[in-house]
Amino acid sequence: MNILVCIKQVPDMESKFKISSDGQWYDQSDLTFKINEYDEYAIEESVRLKEKLGNAEVVALSIGPERTKEAIRKALAIGADKGVHVLDNESHKKDPFQIASIIANYAKDKNFDIVFLGMQSQDRASAQVGPILSELLGYNCVTTIVGFEYQDGKVNVKRELEGGIKAKVSAKLPVVLTCQLGLNTVRYPTLPNIMKAKKKELVTINVSELLNEQPRVVNLQAYIPEKKKGGIVLEGKADEMADKLISILKEKTQVLR
Amino acid sequence: MKALLVGEYKNGHIDESFYELVSFANSIGASSVGFIVAPLDAKPEYDGKVYIADINKSKDYNPKVHKDLILKLVEKENPDVVIFSHSSYGWDLAPRLAAALKAGQVSEVIGVDNGEYIVPFCNAKLRRKVKPNTPKAVLTLQSGAFAPLKNNTAQIEPLDYTEEDANLEFQGYEVSEKTGVDLTKAEVIVSAGRGVGKKENIEIVRSLAKALKGELGASRPVVDAGWLDGSYQVGTTGQTVAPKLYVACGISGAIQHLAGMKKSNFIVAINKDKDAPIAEVADVFVVADLLEFIPVLTSKLTK
Repeated sequence: MNILVCIKQVPDMESKFKISSDGQWYDQSDLTFKINEYDEYAIEESVRLKEKLGNAEVVALSIGPERTKEAIRKALAIGADKGVHVLDNESHKKDPFQIASIIANYAKDKNFDIVFLGMQSQDRASAQVGPILSELLGYNCVTTIVGFEYQDGKVNVKRELEGGIKAKVSAKLPVVLTCQLGLNTVRYPTLPNIMKAKKKELVTINVSELLNEQPRVVNLQAYIPEKKKGGIVLEGKADEMADKLISILKEKTQVLR
Repeated sequence: MKALLVGEYKNGHIDESFYELVSFANSIGASSVGFIVAPLDAKPEYDGKVYIADINKSKDYNPKVHKDLILKLVEKENPDVVIFSHSSYGWDLAPRLAAALKAGQVSEVIGVDNGEYIVPFCNAKLRRKVKPNTPKAVLTLQSGAFAPLKNNTAQIEPLDYTEEDANLEFQGYEVSEKTGVDLTKAEVIVSAGRGVGKKENIEIVRSLAKALKGELGASRPVVDAGWLDGSYQVGTTGQTVAPKLYVACGISGAIQHLAGMKKSNFIVAINKDKDAPIAEVADVFVVADLLEFIPVLTSKLTK
């Protein structure tokens, strides 16, 4: 079985963000980047499937600047067999349709049976790339999965809906699956596997070889929103803050008397 | 400008989010028609035409069948923009439709400024203004971003469909077990988020909940990590709550969590990151390491 897992490198969401000098995105300098959390579940699930089947290969693909290789190396350390780095210093300027079309151009003649992706990225959060990719490749697609099982040429998945409800869906291969948080428990790569990952194949393809589409959505401006609500901010010593908070709760709520 | 509004039928009625689409279309001065897969006798409170495909003819949501229905409607009505709610239905279906229409899609719109759509990014810490440059566009709207608008009873036009999709099969629902905690009835909820760091630290938050005579809740990452079970989860995929007091401990405030608790009467956030989006809804924001602050607060409350 051929498995593709698509991953993205994103900044730590607890970072202090600044707007980039061109006013279009966040400033990428001084940020710590890591694998998009949703994609970690996608990597883990693809590696689990490979381990279960034995006769399978997992290709981990990522689009972005040079630093993106770290994310691919981590996927290789978790257990992917081969890495593909689509080198693009301006990947953040591509819209979800362009990203999907780059992946589709890479994947179209490689007969992948299952493509795993995160259901969205933590930075852009469009949740579009997976379903668009499925349309471009003519694959089935189930989004937001929280349960996965492969059986006899089909996948049985649980798709998360609202209010604690899940839909059980079975889909024929080939299929694109987008992973929701909590799909599995992601392993920590062991030191021997980190060493092994350094020897695994990691090919670099320039984005110009795979991109032949214009954006369908134009990015006009990025900005930091004004703080909407003037809530009270308490800072300082724990003891003083606790006293202050208790007196506020006594005054403003009926729960403390 | 003409809009096709794609509503949802859930839990025996037309979901409120449909009326948010109506209000949005109104606010951008677009004329609109609706489309919902629902029972034919559903009565949308909408001043216009709604195409209804009979929900009883299908087992459940099938993306290809729904996409083809909308494509046919797009051909018939020729809208400039097709609008969904950014829900599990909308974010699944909208990109498929956008790809088929070769249309640009903007996800999770929270506002419009002079024809430019405003969307959040980086966990709602930042905003972008964007604009599709295709003849048709597809939008999903953030749930709750636009006040619902209802009036009259719609003119219903039944829409036939017989098509099936053999590639995807719906096999039923699974409802997560409730293990006793009905957070919707609690007057005080103290919720733990990722910021608690590890499972053992949940007890620190639980003690505060006890001191406030409230229930313990959790945000999604805590449940995903297995620190608490799903019945504790507050948010769109868990329980939607509105207690008298909600204390968010180490919760950054992802939109899915905010949507589940922002109607609480009084909200206290305890977080190290002053810029965390939870600040937007907090009445009091305590900038502190919860592991240091909460034990102090709890001991004062129990004295």
